[in-house]
Amino acid sequence: MAVIDVEHVHKQYGEKVAVDDVSFTVEEGEIFGVLGRNGAGKTTTVECIVGLRRPDGGLVRVLGMDPQRDGHELRQQVGVQLQESDLPDKLTVAEAIDLYASFYRTPADGRALLELLGLADKRSTRYKNLSGGQKQRLSIALALIGRPRIAVLDELTTGLDPAARRDTWALIEDIRRQGVTIVLVSHFMEEAERLCDRVAVIEAGRVAAIGSPAGLAGRLGGEQRIHFRPSGPLDGRLLADLPEVTSVTRTGDTVAVTGTADALMAVTSALTSRGITAHELRVEQPSLEDAFVAVTGGARPSTLN
Amino acid sequence: MPVDTAPVYAAAHTQPRPALAKLTLTEARLLIREPLALFWGLAFPMALLAVMGIASSGPGARLGGLPLVAVYEPILIAFVTVAFSIQGLPAVVAGYRERRILRRLATTPVGPVRMVAAQLAVNLAIVLVATAGILGVGRLGFGVPLPGQPAGFLVTYVLAAAAMLGLGMLIAAVAPTGRTAGVIGTMLFFPLMFFAGLWIPRATMPAGLLHISNFTPLGAAVQAMQDSMRGSWPHPSALAVLAGYALVFTVAAVRFFRWD
Repeated sequence: MAVIDVEHVHKQYGEKVAVDDVSFTVEEGEIFGVLGRNGAGKTTTVECIVGLRRPDGGLVRVLGMDPQRDGHELRQQVGVQLQESDLPDKLTVAEAIDLYASFYRTPADGRALLELLGLADKRSTRYKNLSGGQKQRLSIALALIGRPRIAVLDELTTGLDPAARRDTWALIEDIRRQGVTIVLVSHFMEEAERLCDRVAVIEAGRVAAIGSPAGLAGRLGGEQRIHFRPSGPLDGRLLADLPEVTSVTRTGDTVAVTGTADALMAVTSALTSRGITAHELRVEQPSLEDAFVAVTGGARPSTLN
Repeated sequence: MPVDTAPVYAAAHTQPRPALAKLTLTEARLLIREPLALFWGLAFPMALLAVMGIASSGPGARLGGLPLVAVYEPILIAFVTVAFSIQGLPAVVAGYRERRILRRLATTPVGPVRMVAAQLAVNLAIVLVATAGILGVGRLGFGVPLPGQPAGFLVTYVLAAAAMLGLGMLIAAVAPTGRTAGVIGTMLFFPLMFFAGLWIPRATMPAGLLHISNFTPLGAAVQAMQDSMRGSWPHPSALAVLAGYALVFTVAAVRFFRWD
């Protein structure tokens, strides 16, 4: 069942349209990605969901509530981690958790939560002395301290090093296993591909595509690319005639084949039937990023920042 | 949908604490971690009063018929009020907005309004402590009597604190960053304290200057406090001036305050 329902939401600031017409639903227990380039309207969309902004048009329902009218109750049940949101420099980790716990009816055990987030030994460290990754994890802890049914996480791993990023992803999967629905706002395709059950790609204030990362990649990401070095002489037409294959090119003794998602199977069986082995076989699947580029027709998102 | 699908990560088994009390306690703790603010706002004025008392203990060190310590008590009370309301409070609140701390609070059930309330409460509390300290040093160290008209003193004090906290919030409202708020606060500190008589006590001000001083918030505050200390009800015009500033600054602060 849908825990978030967004229907034809429209929001503009003066003349500037931030969100033109966005609709999607988020199911209970899923990790839902809201993807888009900077300025595409993803943050505004999410701000409408959590009640920080009032949409000019359309309808938002979160856990059956209207974020504007039932804001207080909504905030008891929806945890939010905002982009670039700090804490006072001299506040310690334990004090921050303790303070935010006091905001909620039935808070989580702060000690256990810090344990889960790998901050247990930082309890008495002041905010300004935390590393970027630790600040980010504390921010996630504050979004979860009220034991929300939905957690909205905006640009979760921006600015984290690869190791911290992977730790954070593992953490998000862990939290989802605890039954929390997660809305992930990101412009980082690898993150969405790894974590999200479904994603909505927002472009110029509209939903340009929606579906599972693999589904979008397969549907919109273009062709599979296969590279190999045949063990013996190979007639190019053998592969080019396969219905799954769209092109065959040779560079030195390496063959490159492009084709549909089933091309690999067709190519390997054709080779096997001629007793040819494919050495150094490499397959490039279309990725979510390819799909993203196809949908938004723009630069690669992860190179924008 | 089953109602008990709440996350299973452990719930705390404590009674929910009142968030405002917790916020106020936290802000108080953070203020105590600012040694520079505590020195200038709390220790320095008391030390200055003590030095004046010791230096002027001989006969003749009197201004307008009062010992120097008695003259400077209201001025230093004005000083501590300015230190926390105009220099401390706006920099913190504007900084909280700049660093999106208020915005984070807006996503919780508590909201940012209580945070600002906690800041006001903490700054008012420390101003009260500093005032008590100044009156205490004067009384115990140098035998300056406590205000002879306590009710008048209290009314003056409440109005002066309201005017200065209102001005502090107005600075926080218009300053884009914490740093800017700090600069504005420091720029206002000098004229405010000049007319309060920090450098030239009101008793020695030329008539024209004194007249201007009467219409500044801290000039009026010092005038009304001195009246109360002598045992008479403060001059109504001084109280009216203070009330006017309190009203205007507060209304303007509410009108112009931005949460993000």
